[in-house]
This record gives sequence, C-alpha cells and structure tokens, in this order.
Amino acid sequence: MTPTASDAPADFEVALVSLNQWQLAWRRFRRHKLAMFGAGLFLTFVAIAAFGPFILPYEATNVPYPLKFCPGTTISANLGCPPFNDGHILGTVGGTQEDLLTLVVNGARLSLTIGIGAAAFASVLGAIVGGISGYFGGWVDTILMRIVDVLLSMPLLFVIIVFAKVFGYGDWRVILLVFALLGWPGIARLVRSLFLTLRTEVFVDAARAVGVSDLRIIFRHILPNAMSPIIVVTTLSVAAFIVTEAFVSYIGYGVNAAYNPTWGNILSNAQNDILVGNWWWPLFPGLAIVLTVLGINFMGDGLRDALDPRSRE
Amino acid sequence: MTDASSRLAETSAAAATGARPVLLETLNLKKYFPIMGGLLRHQVGSVYAVDDVSLQIYKGETFGLVGESGCGKTTFGRTILRLEKATGGSVSMDGQDVLALHGDALKRMRRRMQVIFQDPYGSLNPRMPISDIIGEGLLAQGDKANGWRKRSIRDQRVGDYLEAVGLRRDYSRRYPHEFSGGQRQRIGIARALALGPEFVVCDEPVSALDVSIQSQILNLLSDLRAEFNLTYLFIAHNLSVVQYFCERIGVMYLGKIVEVAATDVLYATPQHPYSVALLSAIPVPDPRVRTKRLVLKGDVPSPANPPSGCRFHTRCWLRERLGNPAECSTTEPPLRELAGGHLAACHFAEQVTAQAVQEAAATQSVIETAVDVD
Ligand SMILES: Nc1ncnc2c1ncn2[C@@H]1O[C@H](COP(=O)(O)OP(=O)(O)OP(=O)(O)O)[C@@H](O)[C@H]1O
Ligand code: SF4
Ligand SMILES: [Mg+2]
Repeated sequence: MTPTASDAPADFEVALVSLNQWQLAWRRFRRHKLAMFGAGLFLTFVAIAAFGPFILPYEATNVPYPLKFCPGTTISANLGCPPFNDGHILGTVGGTQEDLLTLVVNGARLSLTIGIGAAAFASVLGAIVGGISGYFGGWVDTILMRIVDVLLSMPLLFVIIVFAKVFGYGDWRVILLVFALLGWPGIARLVRSLFLTLRTEVFVDAARAVGVSDLRIIFRHILPNAMSPIIVVTTLSVAAFIVTEAFVSYIGYGVNAAYNPTWGNILSNAQNDILVGNWWWPLFPGLAIVLTVLGINFMGDGLRDALDPRSRE
Repeated sequence: MTDASSRLAETSAAAATGARPVLLETLNLKKYFPIMGGLLRHQVGSVYAVDDVSLQIYKGETFGLVGESGCGKTTFGRTILRLEKATGGSVSMDGQDVLALHGDALKRMRRRMQVIFQDPYGSLNPRMPISDIIGEGLLAQGDKANGWRKRSIRDQRVGDYLEAVGLRRDYSRRYPHEFSGGQRQRIGIARALALGPEFVVCDEPVSALDVSIQSQILNLLSDLRAEFNLTYLFIAHNLSVVQYFCERIGVMYLGKIVEVAATDVLYATPQHPYSVALLSAIPVPDPRVRTKRLVLKGDVPSPANPPSGCRFHTRCWLRERLGNPAECSTTEPPLRELAGGHLAACHFAEQVTAQAVQEAAATQSVIETAVDVD
C-alpha cells in the first residue's frame, strides 16, 4: 500500500475531541446571547407554571373574604384593587376579586400546556405524515397532500365551534386538539419538502447501494438531517399557539375562565375594565404573553443559526 | 505508472483473442426520465439519458466511460447499480440478471457491485460517525456466515478498510466534517470496498478534488484494484485521466455509446468523428507540437429531443466534409466492429483518417469557438 501519507494539508489535523453535530450546535447556541436570554425567559415561565401554584398563598378561583373597598381607599373593591395592597402584589381583579398574581401564575399552566402540547402533537403527526409523503411519493403522497390542503383551508374559529358543539364549550382539551389538528398540516408540508430533497442526497444513494433498508434510511439518514428545521418550526409554533390561544379566548371561544384561567381569558375578562383605568388587570397577563413569545422567538432564531450545518463554529 | 503500459498491452492482446471472461454486460440498456408538465402534471416528454447501450466489461479490467457533461454517464452507472429503475434492456453480472432481482437477492447482489461517488462532501452523512458510515453496509448485509451483525467484528473490519485506504483505524469515531476532501473520498472508497465487491463504479472519483490530491486517489484506486481483484467502470470527462488509468474506453454521446476501443488504440486511431474531436480538445503541454484543434460546431443538443438518425449529425465535421450524406440524418448508425475489439457507430468510420482530420481542422472556420471538454 503506497498511500500512507495523509493527503490533508499540514495545518489540517483531525481534532482530538470529536463532537457530533448536536454537540457542535449546542456549543454555537450557548454563544448566542439573545438565544440564551430567550431560553432563560421561556424556562422561567415554564418553572413558574410548574411550581408557582404550590408556592402562592391564594387559590386561583377561591376568594375567601370579598372586600367592599380597596384597603385604605373609598374605591369599590368590586372594580379590582391596584398592585401592592394587602399582600396582592399584582393587585386584584374586578368582580370576583381574585388575586391577579395567582391568576397569571395559574394561567401560565394552561397557556403553556396548550402551546407546547399542540406544537408537540402537530410536529409528531406532521413529521410522520410529511415523511411518508415525501419519501414514498406516488399516490400515497397525493392523497395525504390533498388532506393537508383541505385542513389548511379550514377557518380556525369554525373548527373550534364545531368541536365545541360536539365536545363541549370552554374545554381546554378541545382547544389543544383543534390547534394540533390545524397545525400538523403545515408541518407536514415542511417535512415533506425536506424529505423530497434529502432522499436525493448522495449519502442516501450510498446507503441504498450498500443495501440499507428504507426504514433505516428514513430514521438514520433523512430524519436526523431534517431535524433542525423541524425543531425550529416546533419551537416557533409554541409561541404561535400561545398567541392564538390568547386570541381565541379573548374573543370568547377559548377556555372557560370560570374554571381554568389562561392568559387569554384573563385578558378577555379585563377588557371591560380597561375603561375604568384598571391598567394592571390587562397589563400583567399581556406582559406574560409578550415575554414568553419573545423568549421563544429569540430561542428559535438562535436554534436556527446553531443547527445550520453550514455555520462553522 | 510503469505497469500501465504492460497492462495495456496485455489487455489489447487478450481483447484481440477474445479470451477474457465478461463480468458485467448490458444489453440495450435504456433509462428515460419523464418530463412532467402541463396543468395536470402529466408526462409531456422524456429525457433519453441512456438509450440502447450495450457494453461488455471484462473481469479485472478498468473500463473508462467518457463524454461531455450530460451525456448520461452517471445515469448509466446508476442504472446498472439499481439506483435508477431501468426503462428497458438488461444488465447481467457474472451471468445473473441484475434487473430481475428483488428483496434479499438484490441485497446480496449489492455486495458484489459498489460505487464511489464524485462528491466527497455530499456522499457522507454529516450526522454519522465514520464507523457507522462504513459499517452500515456490513450491518445491512450481516448474516450468520460473515458475523457482521456483531459490533466487534464490524468494527474490526471497518478499521481494516480504513487502513487499506490509507487512514488511521482510530479515525472511526470521528465525523465527516473533521476530514479534508481527499480523506473523505478515501472514506467513501472504504465504504464501497468493505462489502468485498467485485465490480465498482467509480463516478468521476477525483474530479471534485484538488489537483494535488487527484493522483494520490488514482494511485490508491489502482493499488486497491490489484489488492482486491476489482473490476472498475471508471467514469470521467477528463480524457487525460482515463488515458493512464483505463485499459479500454467507451465514448458516449447523448445517451449512446459511439466508440469502444482499447485505450492505446483509441488515442492512436480514433474512428468516430466525435471521439476525434474530443481527443483534439485535450490540451497539449508542449505548445510547439500543438496542432490545430478540431472544433465542434454548436451546443450539445438536448437529450430530451435528440437529433434523428445519427445523434451527432448536427455537429459532425465528417458529415460536412462528405457533403452531408442523407444517411447521417435518416439512419441510425449501429455500433459495429471495425477491427478486433474496436467498435464505432458511424456510417463512414472508414473515412476517418489522419489526413482527413488534418484537412478538416485546417479548413474549419475561425469564427467558431472551441468546445472545451475539461
Ligand atoms: N433524476 C433525473 N431526472 C431527470 N433528468 C435527469 C435525472 N438525472 C439525470 N437526468 C438527465 O439525464 C441526462 C444525463 O445525465 P447524467 O447525470 O447521467 O450525465 P453525465 O454524463 O453524468 O454528466 P456529468 O458529466 O455532468 O456528470 C442529463 O440531461 C440530465 O439532465
Ligand atoms: S454517421 Fe454521419 S453524422 Fe454520424 S458520425 Fe458518422 S459521419 Fe458523422
Ligand atoms: Mg455524472
């Protein structure tokens, strides 16, 4: 054997520590300040949702002793009291006089559950359908893509009303289900186009040439290379679903506020009182939505950069 | 390459006596790609990428396939390897009908015929360590007899083949992005050879590499051929590479084989007007011996709409010289044997003489620019 000398240029030495693509991506992500900030923000809200309700002194929907007036004033407590009164750090809401902090913290649970749950559901289903469609093509592809077209043309509110009629109004599970149902087709389209491109990659041909099965080609060659865009889109759709939930709840088709506070239905209940000047009521749930969505979007942008295999270091 | 000339002599002698066993044979192999269009996305035409190609590749030889970009060389190789579904014709490997195989039988056949790709970057999955890239074929082909299902046996073999291609065993845990282009090409070679194939399609294995590295990889391929008794189908569009690397050469034009001959015979006495033009386009290092290039008129016609009769007639200098005989545009010239093992597909191949070529080159119009075949 003659070729003993490496044909790499002298300055090209194979590294001692070998990092795979995911490790490299994590290294790039860590250096992305805005993305790390966004991830921190998002994780903070996740922690609040997970542990907050156990720490807070008040029950979400239970007000033991309604007041007549806000402490130290002659303002009717029925309109809600401003922040920092009588232990209510963010104030209380009008009508029920519930503690706003408690509401927002409990609202985080469902808002995030719906956002993350719907995004996860939509991604998994979208990836499976899109993957099958893109890899196998033919009539399977045609049928699946027609279903996708139909679902993508359905108006959200209409579907929510139909589902609510069947499964009951105000149920958060219905909202999550509808979001997932209308969310997966978009992801399926993305995954299909990724698979269409990836299945013509030379390394896929190489795998086929040595006798690797279709199933293994899908899971070992195509899916790992399609993962980055899928992760980015899933992340961003968490934010999109949180905003949509807020919107749907705000106009009254969402989750029932009487049993399950969400950021959206807290905002919705606040809308009449904005006129009275109770700024804190809409401000804090609104802020929670904005900060969470911003955090997720920063994180998504960072992921996009970090996961791009063309970006070196 | 001192043994190259002796090898060539050996081949031409063997070819002349017709004594060599055929390893791979194609008969009227066709691959047409559908062109979809129109409102309903139905088929509106075909790209005749490989059209009626019959070739014999002898056991142990290196057969070069040359031709301009887009003439169907890659498609020919891929169709043989069952990476494309053939439109028609047959492929036989050691007498076995390759196109009829299914399932397990096809998988077993894949052990015997392998491929080395042109692009050293695209051909390695960036998300897999080298050990998996090379070992994957072993895993897929593993059975009780070879024990390749066992990780330890597989890793051993991966290491052996890494060394065989001039890389270190302990590189197997690394990822493709850690290697240079030439090293990646070696990894691709190791992947192909790890299955122990007899026949390897080398699809322009060096044209994406730095010139300084090309000869190293060519030497490696040549050594491996001797070591593992390989038969190569070596695809190239660089005629200077195949001259030293291949024993016999097939020239392709628009999906058809137009000439087949032993390398020395082809370079000395090309019989098809297209081969003559291709050869005259090779840059001559010494400017004093630089003869006038024979220039091809116009562009390569589209393989979706190939010219009638002889596909080369729209650009043929010989046809012009002969006063545009009707035969050229009406009747397709068959690939016929002119001398022992020398085939050409031209009605007037006998008229291609050194003198005719010189005269044609001298009289051609100066306005026409050379079609470079790099
Ligand atoms: N998958 C495909 N679908 C449609 N047309 C194709 C496909 N693959 C190749 N072709 C067409 O078939 C013809 C032959 O292509 P091929 O890649 O085999 O040429 P080639 O001789 O290898 O060229 P090059 O020297 O550039 O590699 C070209 O016109 C090409 O556009
Ligand atoms: S058959 Fe006619 S057109 Fe074709 S190569 Fe021969 S002379 Fe030229
Ligand atoms: Mg090619």
